[in-house]
Amino acid sequence: MSTPEQLHIVTSDSISEGRKRAGKALIWGSGVILAGIAFAQLGQSLDWWETGFTNWRPTLYAYCLWATAFCWAQVLIRGEQGKRVLFVLPAALFVISLTVFPLLFGLLIAFSSWNLSNPDGRQFNGLANVIQMWNDPFYWNALLNMVWYTLAIFIEYAIAFGLALLLNGEIRARKFFRVAFLLPLMLSPVAVSWMIGKSMLEARFGPLARLGRWLGWDNPSFFGSPEVAKLTIMIMDAWTFIPFMMIMLLAGLQAIPKELTEASKVDGATGWKSFWEIIFPLMLPVSITAILIRIIFKLKLADIVINVTSGGPGGATDTVTSFIFREYRDRSNVGYGTMLAMVYLVIIIVAMTFLMKFAARWTRPQT
Amino acid sequence: MSAPMPETAIFKDSEADRSFRCKWFANRLVVYGVLLLWAFICLFPIYWTATTSFKMAPNVMKGNLIPWVDFQPAWLGWRSLGLSPDTIGAESTVRDEFMKRFANSVVVSLTSSALAVMMGSLAAYGLSRFRYKFAWMKNDDISFFFLSQLILPPVVLALPFLVLYKELALLDTRVGLILLYTLSVLPIVIWIMKDQFSSIPTELEEAAMVDGLGIWGAFLTIILPIALPGMVAAFILSLVLTWNEYFFAALLTSTHANTLPVMVASQTGSQGISWWSMAALSFAAILPLIVIGVTLERFIIKGMAAGAVK
Repeated sequence: MSTPEQLHIVTSDSISEGRKRAGKALIWGSGVILAGIAFAQLGQSLDWWETGFTNWRPTLYAYCLWATAFCWAQVLIRGEQGKRVLFVLPAALFVISLTVFPLLFGLLIAFSSWNLSNPDGRQFNGLANVIQMWNDPFYWNALLNMVWYTLAIFIEYAIAFGLALLLNGEIRARKFFRVAFLLPLMLSPVAVSWMIGKSMLEARFGPLARLGRWLGWDNPSFFGSPEVAKLTIMIMDAWTFIPFMMIMLLAGLQAIPKELTEASKVDGATGWKSFWEIIFPLMLPVSITAILIRIIFKLKLADIVINVTSGGPGGATDTVTSFIFREYRDRSNVGYGTMLAMVYLVIIIVAMTFLMKFAARWTRPQT
Repeated sequence: MSAPMPETAIFKDSEADRSFRCKWFANRLVVYGVLLLWAFICLFPIYWTATTSFKMAPNVMKGNLIPWVDFQPAWLGWRSLGLSPDTIGAESTVRDEFMKRFANSVVVSLTSSALAVMMGSLAAYGLSRFRYKFAWMKNDDISFFFLSQLILPPVVLALPFLVLYKELALLDTRVGLILLYTLSVLPIVIWIMKDQFSSIPTELEEAAMVDGLGIWGAFLTIILPIALPGMVAAFILSLVLTWNEYFFAALLTSTHANTLPVMVASQTGSQGISWWSMAALSFAAILPLIVIGVTLERFIIKGMAAGAVK
């Protein structure tokens, strides 16, 4: 991987011992405050003593104080280098405190039975959640559905590629078409699930149901049978996200040098041939990026399913996210839901690593 | 139609010439046919929602489509939201509710996008210009660490956050949502901005530093103005994503900090609600984004194209 050109600056920093000591004192001092407050709060929540805290907020504030002091101390201790670190540090601290810590905490929750409305609180229950998951046909069904949903991306990709080719061609009113094609992406999935899922697909008055009847479909019902329901969700999701892939592919098409396509024309490649032998291979890296990002977004699919079918009929349209959402809504047990989510995360990481390795090998220039 | 393609000049032969033009017209017809069809597919649901909000019950049942031709527009849907001309001056609890949700959405999405663009730009600039070594992590590892957050599905964080927020008294607050939304769009911002910064030559900062500016001075006065289009693109993309976010909002808010999507979703469930008022509500929820999409389309496309071409 080639790194872009970097700044090389030689700076002569002479940082006095006193300044260094002040910096260290800042970190440790605020650290002690944080530890003290956290310990006091911990003691209260374990019923050791009463400190008068109503929640963990003071600990949060102390953490913010510590983080600020930590950033500031970098400059004090390391001078110029510290100023450079300051560019990345806030974002890094933010992400670490908001993902790594909850993930670790999530691991703890995943192995416990914790009903939030139950006053008993968290109860460690070992592998009970894993066993329950193993025997939960709905979860496996949801995972299988995700595979189907993900496979639908290839059709979306084909459509998006076609549209990008059309938009890249010589057409009039290009701006109008671009804006029109982009709009579905801007709409909130919840509004889309009402606009399309609940009103346009409504079996009696919906315009699409009317169209279906007019085309000779006796009793149009878009969410009746499992297969049709799954297909409908796929189509609605595709409607929202095709613009996304289309724009990435369009950007790729516009980056292809004109000389290449013209040269191929001179050599007699036209139509299909020029597409398959020139454009498609050139677009391979962009295509793979677009598909990978699309897969990532597809794995988060939930809003439409929650709002249109809530997983029905019989779990046929369930995604993992919508299933866990309902699982929590119905039983308010965070332990089991977290276990399911963690397993999902592991599956995703394994699958994505595999896919990215595969993609990297595939896009490597072939000689 | 536009002038025939230059190739026609080569083929003076009338027979070949005619067949070529014929083919060309057929080709154009198909191209525009497909384009118009897809534009129709994209726009019809929006049109349908907009018109339905002006329909009355019989119009909905009969499936009328074109206002003033098929049916007489009425303010029914908007009146139920308290937003029609005759109710706009009067007190309306529904409107108050709607405005509250709307304000929540605006505050949460603007703040979190601004935060994400700020932190993300700084991080992206640092990663594109300096060499870091945090413990075992080098630049590429740090970049990967940020971008890998994209893979994390929201559902993994949702339940731990629910519990944590409960302990921190951040449930049902705007601050809680802002933190999570900032986290969820940060990788995208970093991706876009890294691309943006690496296209700016380093000579610019070097010249500025020769003139006596520090790293931060050079960044703020020289680089930031140049990178502004990219920042706008990142900001708008974040805005779209955070405005539309539903999953976290549904889990983590209940009465005070609900955003617009949660309000729309809560209405779809109840049976008593009528089509026209749902249409009005949905349309009001998507209208800001349609305006943004139409006016700032250039930036959105720029933002999404950033990662595509390397």
